Amino acid sequence: MMKIYFELNGEPVYTEIKPGEMLLDLLRRLGMKSVKEGCRTGECGACTVLLDGKPIRSCLTFAAKAKGHRITTLEGLGTPEDPHPLQEAFLEAGAVQCGFCTPGMILVAYHLLSHNPDPSPDEVRAAISGNLCRCTGYVKIVDAVLTAARWKREGKWRKER
Amino acid sequence: MAERKVIGKPVRKVDGIPLATGQPVFTLDVDLPGAAVGKVLHSPHAHAEIVRIDTSRAEELPGVLCVLHHGNVPRIPYTTAGQGWPEPSPYDSFLFDRKVRFVGDRVAAVAAESEEIADEALRLIEVEYRVLPAVLDPEGATAPGAPVIHDEEDARGIHDPQRNIAAAIDIRVGEIERGFSESDVVVETTCEFPYVQHVPLEPHCVIAYLDEEDRLVIRTSTQVPFHVRRIVARALGLPLSRIRVIKPRIGGGFGTKQEIILEDVAAALALRTRRPVVMKYTREEEFVAARTRHPMKVRVKLGAKKDGKLHAIEMDVLSNTGAYGTHSLTVLSNVGSKTLPLYNKAPHIWFHGKAVYTNLPVAGAYRGYGATQGYFALEVAIDELAEKLGIDPLELRLKNHIRAGETSPIFEKIGEGREGKAQVIRSCALEECIREGAKRIGWSEKRGKRLRDGPWVHGVGMAIAMQGSGITDIDMGAATIMMNEDGTFRLLVGATDLGTGSDTILAQIAAETLGVPVEAISVYSSDTDFTPFDTGAYASSTTYVSGNAVLLAARKVREEILRVASGILGEPPGELELRDGRVVSTRTGKGVPFAEVGHRAMYVTDQRHIIASASFVPPESPPPFAAFFAEVAVDVETGRVRVVKFVGVADCGTPIHPRLAEGQLEGAIVQGIGHALYEEMLLSKRGGVRNPNLFDYRIPTAADVPDIEVVLIPSEEPTGPYGAKSIAEVGINGPAPAIANAIYDAVGVRLYRIPFTPDRVLSGICSPAVLK
Repeated sequence: MMKIYFELNGEPVYTEIKPGEMLLDLLRRLGMKSVKEGCRTGECGACTVLLDGKPIRSCLTFAAKAKGHRITTLEGLGTPEDPHPLQEAFLEAGAVQCGFCTPGMILVAYHLLSHNPDPSPDEVRAAISGNLCRCTGYVKIVDAVLTAARWKREGKWRKER
Repeated sequence: MAERKVIGKPVRKVDGIPLATGQPVFTLDVDLPGAAVGKVLHSPHAHAEIVRIDTSRAEELPGVLCVLHHGNVPRIPYTTAGQGWPEPSPYDSFLFDRKVRFVGDRVAAVAAESEEIADEALRLIEVEYRVLPAVLDPEGATAPGAPVIHDEEDARGIHDPQRNIAAAIDIRVGEIERGFSESDVVVETTCEFPYVQHVPLEPHCVIAYLDEEDRLVIRTSTQVPFHVRRIVARALGLPLSRIRVIKPRIGGGFGTKQEIILEDVAAALALRTRRPVVMKYTREEEFVAARTRHPMKVRVKLGAKKDGKLHAIEMDVLSNTGAYGTHSLTVLSNVGSKTLPLYNKAPHIWFHGKAVYTNLPVAGAYRGYGATQGYFALEVAIDELAEKLGIDPLELRLKNHIRAGETSPIFEKIGEGREGKAQVIRSCALEECIREGAKRIGWSEKRGKRLRDGPWVHGVGMAIAMQGSGITDIDMGAATIMMNEDGTFRLLVGATDLGTGSDTILAQIAAETLGVPVEAISVYSSDTDFTPFDTGAYASSTTYVSGNAVLLAARKVREEILRVASGILGEPPGELELRDGRVVSTRTGKGVPFAEVGHRAMYVTDQRHIIASASFVPPESPPPFAAFFAEVAVDVETGRVRVVKFVGVADCGTPIHPRLAEGQLEGAIVQGIGHALYEEMLLSKRGGVRNPNLFDYRIPTAADVPDIEVVLIPSEEPTGPYGAKSIAEVGINGPAPAIANAIYDAVGVRLYRIPFTPDRVLSGICSPAVLK
């Protein structure tokens, strides 16, 4: 057992991790159930979280890697009382069917829009192409990201936490 | 028609916020104290007898709670197919058996304190197998001398176990031989559908535990909670009343969760250990041991008169059900029953086929349910017929497809594993769908032009399809609606939202009927203890079947509200109406808010809970219709196929929620494109799955998806709730044939086997017939 310190959704965490524990399991153990397990081999993207703002596969990342870093899960983006504009956009566009891929999709989209506020549809498709969805055919997910981007450019995103 | 305030409006999905914000709403998102982990030991052999099983070393491992196998559980035959009653699938499965029938079959299961210990315990189970000759080719399954896969004496309902035939069908209309001899043109085509899988992002998972009253609770990712309860009761010999099945949010299903995959084992482990047991399949286990679409070879023979009128149709099906016969008869039936009525003008029809056992992965329900395989063959054959007749394939379809007011003898001949029931088509906008799709793809400008762009040659192709809306006289949905004292409502349904948005659709139907916004309806679904019965989410049933139940229940509640309001307003109920959360007098305009009605009924005068239930059994199954158009580009140097544009136009009656309906169509189309271009489970010579992961079994990514355009052309289905029919399945039937026909238009290569991989396309391009 070892103890690590990291920042989880803006809050400090000091916790024990098991030898060989993957970040996916640690985060779910800490109650971050938005982090989904779809394959455990890095193929589906459902376990995507942000490490210092960049998307990573938490199923392929050792928990120890989080040490000293900022981890963001979907819980850190918005809440039911105060959803993030991306979450609103996903609902408005009809981009959420079963919702299992949604956390990873939104985090990847969040990263895309953080460095490219005006992506083309092809750039959106490329950005989310590592995240599988079997329900939507991606059409409305792409719509949702483009809508959220427009809102961002129009200054409709509230101040980031 | 009164103006609709909720139906047809893009209301927010009722479970949208929890899903979009990542709340713990899925099966495994709860942590139960003291939960153990359950794991399955899978067979390494395609066909073998278990001569000896020694679990002592596993049981001695610290942290192992129990090991179950055929030697220590009751032997009760059942089917894992979650279907209605009487169950049409054979009882050929056991919790654990003395014999294994495919690579991945269940040998034993372990419950342990942790996943690591459970895995270690699996390694410590010693099994001695006597390996048996295996049936690895469906063509050889019925040959004399082929190994008998289900030789157990206690299996029931198998068509012909000695010949490995799980199910068979033979339906004749008219005189087929005469039909072909009277035809001016005859074509014959055989198309093959390989093993493909559903791949919901959430694999099968379940938590089983005993509650404080010692009842067995099964929290599971299922499409069929009530069938899970009935089947687990049978499999474990428990009274049904001791089981509660809860379905939380589901991470996709597409049919694979219409099956009891883990619930029976998890329940058995929980009962044995008296501990909560968590089980989940890995992605690899999904591919190896869950369910697939039935691989099929479908031969279609069409005869037509010179003018293009279809005169005779023969369809001959060889379906591979794998090691168990789950859904074998009903999927086989659907190959014909959901396709042949589309071309109802042909007076001579012969539909026949069989579903055979093999020692290969187990097939089951998958969106489209046989129709998908049937349409691939039928719609390629129609394209060939059109060519031979010298008629535009679009015109040929327009000339022959079914229309409103018409019927097909097939409706009466083929039902759900038994005879069907006659029905007349009451709504059909297929002609408009075809014309709209043709316009959007640029049919007349692009067809036959072989436009070139470097090595890429373009072509367009089309297909049409129908499905059903629930299963006639078998499906049943029930709903309860109760009014709260603040004038809001609770809607309880057994219907199962697996991501489709059906909870929202059902709330809309209740809201429209009760004259309130959707926000005034809170939905609780799929809990066998607390919601009324529903057969579940399959066969495109929920909007139509459960939706009608909700409509009936809401009407009853409306009557109750009017009665109470009549007492308050002093006017007869006949002169009152429900509008915007109030009961309003049509004569005086005076009104009373629902809150007052609810409060008075619950606390003040003539006290009662305003509550009503209703059930609905569909007396018919109105088909949704769709037309599909693909524009492809084929790289003649590499054989690569790119779908440039795909148009899907559907008539699903009145779309209750157009955006959700579009999402169903888009999702189904992309799954269909996946089947057409990428997906195939590859099998080893010993019957194992060679590509049990998402790198090697490729489903479409966002970067693969072409420009997709979907259009809904509304029709008014008089038997549907607010005119609605279904939409969930029909969209998956079109992509494979439309793309195959487009490839032919581009490069003159007919592809009869999916997926249309570059090597298959290239070898077609290089064949002498095409090169000349």
